[in-house]
Amino acid sequence: MEETMKRITVKLFAYFRDNRFKLEEREISEETTVGDIVDALGIDRQEVGVLMVNSRHTEFVYRPAAGDVLAIFPVVGGG
Amino acid sequence: MADKIFRVNMTNLTSTIEEVPPAWAGYGGRGLTSTIVSAEVEPTCHPLGPKNKLVIAPGLLSGTVAANSGRLSIGAKSPLTGTIKEANSGGTAAQLLARAGVKALIIEGQPKGDTWYSLAVTPEGVTVNEETELIGKGNFAVVDALTKRTGGKQGLITIGPAGEMKMGGANISIKDPDGGLRSSGRGGLGAVLGSKKIKFIAIDPKDGKVAIADPEKFREANKVFAKALVDHPVSQALGQYGTNVLVNIINESGGLPTQNFSKGQFAGHEAISGETMHDTILARGGRIKHNCHPGCVIQCSQVFNDAAGNKLTSGFEYESIWAMGADCCVDNLDHIAQADKLMDDIGVDTIETSVAFGVAMEAGVLAFGDGAGVCRILQEDIAKGTPLGRIIGNGAGSVGRAFGITRVPVVKNQAIPAYDPRAIKGIGITYATSTQGADHTMGYTIATNILGVGGKLDPLTKEGQVELSRNLQIATAAIDSTGMCLFIAFAALDNATCLPALIDLINAKYGLSLTGDDVVNLGKYILRTERAFNTAAGFTSADDRLPEFFYLEPLPPHNVVFDFTGKEIDTFWNF
Repeated sequence: MEETMKRITVKLFAYFRDNRFKLEEREISEETTVGDIVDALGIDRQEVGVLMVNSRHTEFVYRPAAGDVLAIFPVVGGG
Repeated sequence: MADKIFRVNMTNLTSTIEEVPPAWAGYGGRGLTSTIVSAEVEPTCHPLGPKNKLVIAPGLLSGTVAANSGRLSIGAKSPLTGTIKEANSGGTAAQLLARAGVKALIIEGQPKGDTWYSLAVTPEGVTVNEETELIGKGNFAVVDALTKRTGGKQGLITIGPAGEMKMGGANISIKDPDGGLRSSGRGGLGAVLGSKKIKFIAIDPKDGKVAIADPEKFREANKVFAKALVDHPVSQALGQYGTNVLVNIINESGGLPTQNFSKGQFAGHEAISGETMHDTILARGGRIKHNCHPGCVIQCSQVFNDAAGNKLTSGFEYESIWAMGADCCVDNLDHIAQADKLMDDIGVDTIETSVAFGVAMEAGVLAFGDGAGVCRILQEDIAKGTPLGRIIGNGAGSVGRAFGITRVPVVKNQAIPAYDPRAIKGIGITYATSTQGADHTMGYTIATNILGVGGKLDPLTKEGQVELSRNLQIATAAIDSTGMCLFIAFAALDNATCLPALIDLINAKYGLSLTGDDVVNLGKYILRTERAFNTAAGFTSADDRLPEFFYLEPLPPHNVVFDFTGKEIDTFWNF
């Protein structure tokens, strides 16, 4: 059976950009979760502070839909 | 040496040293400034008249080697808000005042003539001196001249021309270890010092040291405390990117106020972000890390150089960069840095003044995005006190009234900072209920609403936001009394060893046996004391509201309004 692929946008921030990228379009499979994407990028899940899809907070288990914009941040703060 | 109350009367130019009244003994920092202002200032007085008092107090742990304990509290009735005010700052003054044996410095009265003065604080007392040379000068010229006059080691508290002109946006500057400036920014306290005709306060502790009741216990507690701070990932990110790491994440959340609070995302966010700033500092040979006071282990400050490699500004903070950047649509970090330096020199709050520029842009005084125009108006109008300069220098509310603008982001006439309350609802509760006008640091719900520190709470729902803001405001009031930087809160929210170690530090210094409950009760006491002052000054729950446009104008991209009823907001005070 041919797998349906979905195109999404992945954005990285702070030191997650080092040796990776700021913004990239990716093809993902139907089953792919946010956690899978983080793992594939070689990012330690423990270091992830905030995940957003389309400007809303999300979790590792979420499966992005076609056209989603996923933003991955390390633990950061300020104020 | 035993701490004392140092009191200066500017009506007759005398000073005294007094024993600490028993009722004040347990307080420091904000707890002490708010206690003294409440006890001694008539709530209905004119903030710039002879009845207001400016109270300067180091925190309970300032002057010790406890990590991050060098924060200073300055309190008074605010000329900007008309409420009680405490503005908190780094720099070296808190540590040096504590070492000079000053529990609090109270400045009262008002001289009649046009003569300006300076104060010299030593363990022996306060001397009032006439000052002529530095009147009208910017803060950096004051620091340079006094470094030559008195040596570089003294602590220094100064006002710029804005404070002399008693503008509502005037701040008080505190010298940092490298001759840079930190600011007690909010609420126009520079105008109060200016109304007392004091240009600067020099602090020389001589060989004064702070007494520790149980040095061994203190050392042990400090080890645990410092480790909790250093180990927390937020501390590490603050060291690398500074507070400006927030531009991109707040933008992504849709809560970055843009173009005078008409949008929640800024197209130019990447150009002004912490990541871009970090790379720019590296490329130009600035400093990524810098401490605003000795003993800070987080080092969120930095030195930002211009393209030629010369220092442009330091302590370049997210809220300043957001305000001059996204809110004014300026996407040029060099213009923002130049404006930041000018505001530090003139002595105006970067948040209040930049938000005022955003309102002025909406009024057509200059175009959105005109960073060069902002720098020009700062130099030619605000620094010189032209009518336009005074309108902007008196803050965002002043500009809105002068030009008939309705989208004026203020609460109790103080500009709303860096986080839109429509898209991040918890911070809206803080802005509305704060005893001091809109101020993110009073109860930083961003930690939990956006950053996932201290738990998670969806920023777009109403549920739980009042309780979150209440708990944070209580905790913050207590932390602001210790002399600790508020950034210890990230570690305290997540690491179970942090807060007990902080309480151990206080107990070891004073020979006490305080518990966590005592700290919570201290926070509640401070909030109630401040609110009682405001009530006596004429404020009611009707003042604990956001401006109307937040209820009427949906904010893109989430297209949400602020939707708490007055009754819901008022439940904040149910404690």
